[in-house]
Amino acid sequence: MEVSYYPGCSLHGMAAEYDESIRSVCRSLDVALAELADWNCCGASSAHFLDDDLAVGLAARNLLIAEREGRELLIPCAACFQRLKHADKQLRKEAGRWTAEPYQGKARLLHVNEFFDRPELIQGVRRKVKRPLAGLAGVAYYGCLSQRPPKVTDSRQPENPTSMDDLLRAIGMEVRPWSYKTDCCGGSLAVARTDLVRKLSGDLFEAAVEAGAQCVVTDCPLCQSNLDSRQAEIEAERSKRYGLPVFYVTELMALAFGEDGADRWWKRHFVDPRPLLRSKGLA
Amino acid sequence: MAVSAAIQPDSAFLAIMQSHSGEKVSRCYQCRKCTNGCPLAFAMDFMPNQVMRMIELGLRDELLGCKTIWVCASCQTCTTRCPNQIDIAHVMDALRQLSQEAGIPPAEPNVVKFHQAVLDSIRRHGRLFELGMVAGYKLATRQWTADARLGWEMFTKGKLEFFPGSVRAKGEVRALFDKKRKG
Repeated sequence: MEVSYYPGCSLHGMAAEYDESIRSVCRSLDVALAELADWNCCGASSAHFLDDDLAVGLAARNLLIAEREGRELLIPCAACFQRLKHADKQLRKEAGRWTAEPYQGKARLLHVNEFFDRPELIQGVRRKVKRPLAGLAGVAYYGCLSQRPPKVTDSRQPENPTSMDDLLRAIGMEVRPWSYKTDCCGGSLAVARTDLVRKLSGDLFEAAVEAGAQCVVTDCPLCQSNLDSRQAEIEAERSKRYGLPVFYVTELMALAFGEDGADRWWKRHFVDPRPLLRSKGLA
Repeated sequence: MAVSAAIQPDSAFLAIMQSHSGEKVSRCYQCRKCTNGCPLAFAMDFMPNQVMRMIELGLRDELLGCKTIWVCASCQTCTTRCPNQIDIAHVMDALRQLSQEAGIPPAEPNVVKFHQAVLDSIRRHGRLFELGMVAGYKLATRQWTADARLGWEMFTKGKLEFFPGSVRAKGEVRALFDKKRKG
């Protein structure tokens, strides 16, 4: 199986461990990733905050490349996914406004969890597990943009998505129920209004701990960055200790598949996951 | 912030907003589902449902100068839940854009500077270069010490790329920036 792959800027920068773990897991599952030729930034939150046309234009350039490549497009970053889905809907409505080329939307756009949770791949995921993550209790945190708004993302369960829960159970993890799956971490306010991110992300930690989680699992680079790199500040502000490692879902898949490389990723985390993994015999 | 007691309703702004955003704000029947689900309502000066009503009343200056439009994280919860299918998060985009176009000093200047720094970086490289973007933001805000420790830790963890990844067809990306907004 071959798919086009849109890593987006984060996966070439701060979220390199997300990129590496996706590539590693895909190798195991015989999924060939072809990086989208000369892709550009999707525009993220900033483009649609300040200029609707720029937001569609930036995302649309990538879609036109994907259309020419003619394969499904895997988009691991939740923000990129939502921006490309949004542009896809606009192009379907009035392609002529954005391009002289015809646009049929041939490239199906897929986010990480729905990609791996599909029947033909989830079977492979189950078969590849060499080291089930038994005894590791965590919560699946989806955040906002892979799900909302459903008229853009086509999510069938925007208030209670289950694809990441399914994947984590498939690799043997104990997935704790919680009602904060799709609550916002504060997103791009991290730089200019860090105080707001500390409030929102701190509330997520409280809920995760109450749910009995030992870690948080996410599929969004911005959520991971906010929850991981700001956790120490939040602990200091609230005079509490959470100590919750924040994993990318694909890091845990690679760990369960017994793939090499996981140790390299743990060093890049702010909340060191190694003590927890060692206590479960997983590192 | 309170809105003054004597309001002369003016529908001109509603028409501007509806044509700019394409959203039918006048469908709002004030159920407050948006406000009740908004994770950032606590930091807003006007609640999302109030913003909808203020648009209908034509309170342009209060809206274009308010905090709400800049502390909205665009999490899309309001849009997802609105029983009248108003894309409220997109209405917030439209208010931000009208505020910038009118040259109104934003109530949250650093939020705007952050987004501008991101767009500058994309314009330059075709992709977001995180280190360059942060440098641009710090120059604009003169907040040299904020997050300095975090930046250092990111450096030691190898999370910061020192060279920008670039698009080969930079001209194609620049052309998108240079295109004038239509209508």
